[in-house]
Amino acid sequence: MSIALQTTDLACSFPVGKRLIGPPRAMLHAVRPTSLTVAAGETLGIVGESGCGKSTLARMLVGLQPPSAGSIEIEGAALNRADPAAFGRRIQYVFQDPVSSLNPRKTVRQILEVPLIRLHGMGRAARARRIDEIFDAVNLRPEFLDRYPHEFSGGQAQRIGIARALAAAARILILDEPVSALDVSVQAQVLNLLADLKAEFGLTYLFISHDLAVVEAVSDRIAVLYFGAVVEEGPAERIFAAPRHPYTRLLAESAPQVGRPLGGEAAGELPDPLDPPPGCAFAGRCARASELCRRDTPRLRPIYGDQRAACHHPLDA
Amino acid sequence: MRLFLRLLFRNRLAGFGAVVLGAIVLLALLTPILPLQPPNATDTANRFLRPLSAGHPLGTDHLGRDLLSRLLWGTRLSLAVGFAAALVAAVLGAAVGIVAGYAGGRTDNVTMRGIDMLMAFPYILLALAIVAALGPGLMNALIAVAVVNIPFFARNIRGVTVSLAHREFVDAARLSGLGHGRILLTEVLPNVVPVIVIAMSTTVGWMILETAGLSFLGLGSQPPRADLGSMLGEARGAMISAPHTSLVPGAMILLIVMSINLLGDGVRDALDPRLRSGALARPMAATAVDRDPPPPAQGEGLLRIDGLQTEFRMGARVGRAVGGVDLSLAPGECVGLIGESGSGKSVTALSVMGLVASPPGVITAGAVRLDGEDLLGASYGRLRALRGNRVAYIFQDPLSTLHPLYTVGEQLAEAIRVHHPVSRAEAHARAVKLLDDVRIPNAAERAGAYPHELSGGMRQRVGIAMALANDPDVIIADEPTTALDVTVQAQVLKLLHDLRRSRGLAILFITHDFGVVAQLCDRVAVMYAGRIVEEGPTEAVLNAPAHPYTARLIDCVPELGGGRRRLEAIPGLPPAVDDLPPGCAFAPRCAKAQAECRDGDIALAGRDGRRVRCLYPEPAARAAQ
Repeated sequence: MSIALQTTDLACSFPVGKRLIGPPRAMLHAVRPTSLTVAAGETLGIVGESGCGKSTLARMLVGLQPPSAGSIEIEGAALNRADPAAFGRRIQYVFQDPVSSLNPRKTVRQILEVPLIRLHGMGRAARARRIDEIFDAVNLRPEFLDRYPHEFSGGQAQRIGIARALAAAARILILDEPVSALDVSVQAQVLNLLADLKAEFGLTYLFISHDLAVVEAVSDRIAVLYFGAVVEEGPAERIFAAPRHPYTRLLAESAPQVGRPLGGEAAGELPDPLDPPPGCAFAGRCARASELCRRDTPRLRPIYGDQRAACHHPLDA
Repeated sequence: MRLFLRLLFRNRLAGFGAVVLGAIVLLALLTPILPLQPPNATDTANRFLRPLSAGHPLGTDHLGRDLLSRLLWGTRLSLAVGFAAALVAAVLGAAVGIVAGYAGGRTDNVTMRGIDMLMAFPYILLALAIVAALGPGLMNALIAVAVVNIPFFARNIRGVTVSLAHREFVDAARLSGLGHGRILLTEVLPNVVPVIVIAMSTTVGWMILETAGLSFLGLGSQPPRADLGSMLGEARGAMISAPHTSLVPGAMILLIVMSINLLGDGVRDALDPRLRSGALARPMAATAVDRDPPPPAQGEGLLRIDGLQTEFRMGARVGRAVGGVDLSLAPGECVGLIGESGSGKSVTALSVMGLVASPPGVITAGAVRLDGEDLLGASYGRLRALRGNRVAYIFQDPLSTLHPLYTVGEQLAEAIRVHHPVSRAEAHARAVKLLDDVRIPNAAERAGAYPHELSGGMRQRVGIAMALANDPDVIIADEPTTALDVTVQAQVLKLLHDLRRSRGLAILFITHDFGVVAQLCDRVAVMYAGRIVEEGPTEAVLNAPAHPYTARLIDCVPELGGGRRRLEAIPGLPPAVDDLPPGCAFAPRCAKAQAECRDGDIALAGRDGRRVRCLYPEPAARAAQ
């Protein structure tokens, strides 16, 4: 099993309250040192609530956000951050909002040609052929090629966004909430399309979402993010069925579901990111928290098989 | 382009400006081939001839030169200089603005502070200084006017670029391998061009005036060459004895600048997408109602909607957003209205209290009765007395429904005082009590917080407190938890559930999430393309859906614990509301559709509150009945 994507202690912080001279007033740690591994051909799901750092993590992986520490390796080679096009050939990104990720003043063909010209230097005939192939792969009709983005529905626009990512011929796709802006009936179409493309082109996915059920349906493994750090990681079929971290259990129980009474009264919110408490970030909302939790930050450690959790008092299965 | 011209000429004044300016430009272009006298030939014997003299239709000036000829040649020059200056200022200013806005950070800061300094000088002083340094002459006047106007363009364009530079399509272009230069030229610039055109069209007139001003002071065109400003300057001495020599160029300047400004305003209105979509039209206080006599009430209910139809009339297109909805809400009941975007569920909810924006919204049929009183026929005053008092709304995004400049306590107190004559202190005390009721910790302290200081979940609790402020009988909640995280959503749903029990509230809950409906609602109605296709007790509808749409919609929602699998997607898209198919709107996407599904109206049929709008309901449902 070869490794497609690996991060080692990847972290990102933003200065808050910049001053003209001297250091900023505070640092906001959007992503705390995170190590993730994605095997080739695998789908790693990343779940977390708003503000947990999942989008920042994704933007670092494709070079849109420089990390403040740590390293990224793609297919065994460290990424050179000097050349953004080098990112583009190896890893691509599908955006959350399909409409605003397409330039309103370009036709679909112009949008799809850019990666073919800039990343692969293709001639006119080769481009036309490749665009037809890709468009066929995402189930869109060729007459759409000369239309403008505003003429498409959300689902169609998201297919165009996926087609653009495919055009770069990268084998790894970062999907940042690719279906959250879509209606459920269209969401299923796009998820199925992604599954087909993965099988056809042997792609590797990093699938980011806040919707647990969607992530569970598409992923092999899932990592749960809380307050900028991975709190639990494990196989998709076990992580919500038998969560080991109390936060994962809270998430799973909060998801509204047919045939289950309303979830419990889980009080509390995220800690203040500018003034994080010592120890476990979830301790303030956790019924099992002890003195140890409020003092020492737990490290991600194997709990059962390949299921890992960052918790001093993990739950029993 | 044709749309642009149509919009432009819809504005009569802009059309007038375009015609006048067109005529002047045409005259200026034709000047060299018109049979005019040479503009600089002096004839001192015939100085100050009055207009309509033989051979000199507009008379002559102090050196006996033909005024008509000088006027046309001068107009030609003034227009050329004005447009050239505008073009130079636009190109340089836009370049500075785009680069500063795109680069951001230090580059932006330094550049824009420089531009600010340029702007801080009085413009005429700056122009005078530039001409003084370069020496008089028309070219130098042009440079001066252009430089003076660069800040205007730079600041305008920078503002637009800043918002564009963080759009996702710019990130996407970067990932497609484009460098900064190409991103600026091919991604950002095309989106900025309309703004540049608008800025130019509104400033060309101003620049022509500034050029004329410099020439008037003798710093622009040099004698004997005529431009409008220098003609005015030369005529100044004979203002009393021969007023026509100054009136003629003055009138021309007035005509040019006025026509350009009228046209410029028209161009701006036609290009601005917000103005184009009619944002300037102020909506009416209540939705327009244009209906036949209301149908009789179909049954009991605290809130009854009978045969409601709401349309959006946009020019020739009519979107039938709600095409005949019947729904009732008993006291203390929670009814879910579920559907995808565009299904008409929100428009139904907004129609109840006449909150659909008019224009373009019009209620064309039906009745909405609260305790038997028809709200659609009610006066605005009556509606106001009921809004928030007996029927209250909770909206999706609490950040946009709360006023950012008032504390949440003040806003709550205001909502109370609108309907109850209580003192300020009393209202504040009630506001704190309400915040406490929606389980906001430290309610007394949080009442002094501004909306942006609260988290999304807390803001939505304030939204709920606002809805509860006057103890309403009915709450209409339009996707109140869609913008919230799952753990927060669970808290807010629990809160709504408890409040409903303790206060006997009736809730109309609008959502697209079956899980939420299942946990909260007694009954559910499923909407598709503006009509209810199925309704019944929640459990019955979710366990044994009768309409193929409901069944397939439930199937394509992944459920937690279902494991990795392929979802049953519904092929195709919902129909557009301005182009609904005859018969069943779902037929084009339905695997079971027959010929008779596609022609003729299908009734919502059934009994005991379990009804479905389908000729071939699902077998599981038939067995359950």
